Amino acid sequence: MSETQSTYNYKVVRQFAVMTVIWGIVGMLVGVIIAAQMVWPELNMGWLHFGRLRPLHTNAVIFAFGGCALFATSYYVVQRTCHTRIFSDGLAAFTFWGWQLVIVLAAITLPLGITQGKEYAELEWPIDILITVVWVAYAIVFFGTIAKRKVTHIYVANWFYGGYILAVALLHVVNSAAIPVSLTKSYSAYAGVQDAMVQWWYGHNAVGFFLTAGFLGMMYYFVPKQAGRPVYSYRLSVVHFWALIFTYMWAGPHHLHYTALPDWTQSVGMLFSLILLAPSWGGMINGVMTLSGAWHKLRDDPILKFLITSLSFYGMSTFEGPMMAIKTVNALSHYTDWTIGHVHSGALGWVAMISIGSIYYLLPRLFAKPEMFSVKLITVHFWVATIGVVLYIASMWIAGVMQGLMWRAVNADGTLTYSFVESVKASYPFWAIRFLGGCLFLSGMLIMAYNMVKTIAGGRAVDDALVLQPAANHA
Amino acid sequence: MDINDLRAIVTVVSFLTFLGIVWWAYGVKANKKRFEEAAMLPFADEEAERAELGLDRNRERKAS
Repeated sequence: MSETQSTYNYKVVRQFAVMTVIWGIVGMLVGVIIAAQMVWPELNMGWLHFGRLRPLHTNAVIFAFGGCALFATSYYVVQRTCHTRIFSDGLAAFTFWGWQLVIVLAAITLPLGITQGKEYAELEWPIDILITVVWVAYAIVFFGTIAKRKVTHIYVANWFYGGYILAVALLHVVNSAAIPVSLTKSYSAYAGVQDAMVQWWYGHNAVGFFLTAGFLGMMYYFVPKQAGRPVYSYRLSVVHFWALIFTYMWAGPHHLHYTALPDWTQSVGMLFSLILLAPSWGGMINGVMTLSGAWHKLRDDPILKFLITSLSFYGMSTFEGPMMAIKTVNALSHYTDWTIGHVHSGALGWVAMISIGSIYYLLPRLFAKPEMFSVKLITVHFWVATIGVVLYIASMWIAGVMQGLMWRAVNADGTLTYSFVESVKASYPFWAIRFLGGCLFLSGMLIMAYNMVKTIAGGRAVDDALVLQPAANHA
Repeated sequence: MDINDLRAIVTVVSFLTFLGIVWWAYGVKANKKRFEEAAMLPFADEEAERAELGLDRNRERKAS
């Protein structure tokens, strides 16, 4: 073979990886601001009050930070495990710029109050259409790369990434169906309780496929790579994948316990949420046990610390989730800060930490460095972030259970023991602790950004990573 | 046939499909080897790893 060999497309991976860190800082900063607004209500000003900023926070951390991390890692993993350059450089670049445009449009429209009012699907219809176009391009690039793979097998990480891409396309198109009345206003295509059910079918599967399946794709590549050994059980990973696919789609109704939703639908949602514990823990065990026999690596490798700790949080929140889906538990937990704590144990502990670990793995490799500028700073980041998450979820547990108990307390004559505002007053100290936890997590991201800039500064963009023909494997 | 019969059938067929997948993953002997191969896929790409470390700047390098 004398002709010039093909190389991997690292450019698009680099772009998304860098933007992951930047959007992470932006999204978490907005989170810290709205946490401060809970403690100091006078901070609610004009366009920047809680109601406008809260959807900006969720959209920024889920779709900008999480989304960029998923794009970066999926494009990297699919190329490397399929032994082929990405399907179309042009389309891949389009997904990068298109996705950034979506994020910028979200940052402009949400503070202006332009919203569909559906949780995690607030963006108005013109942006929804742009998302659909970008997402179709993403699917073409990803599955096109798989189609031209030079190896027989499709590695399990790609199954998870593929499942996430298909499911998110389905969810987004169905839930965003709306009738536009002007450029900036539309009404949902569904009415009443059907609208609520479609919304939470979407909402919970956004958790299941965007925030779980996609990041499990990361786990199945980066944990084995960083641990230097193949995944604990490949056949378990196959069952893990299909169990997740068959189960998640049905769990949505647990967001609508004790509402106008038919009772049997609520029970189905609760039951499937409980069943979900099995695939979730199967996957977690598979990831953690990959380290079996090499536990010592955990001691001095901060990237592994991030990856394995993220799996612990994943196990914790996927235990907590099914418990909270039980109707009687939900009667206490729903509408309280317990839910916020649960979401952040998943979002900060699992999603953010596995993304941070994976991006730390990628950054030096994309800039021709043996390691990050400072490994010590990764360790610092790890501890700052972990303490931040623990403060956050512990304070929300206490605040949430307290609120639930106060709201349901009745006197002997049947009147409410506490007025609502008394529960608000009692929550202040815990909201202050939550603010502190959020500040810590955000400072971790700032440390990461500094480390990233220093790593890039002395590096060289790698564009000459040769695609190794699998046949040469045996030579 | 009532639409609910169809719904019940789809649920049962889905469950049986899943059991089939579990059997395929754990019961079929021939799969053991292919799974082992697949599990090694992340480690079969040393050439690119060298470039990532900045060790190899020669684009015209001959394939070995």
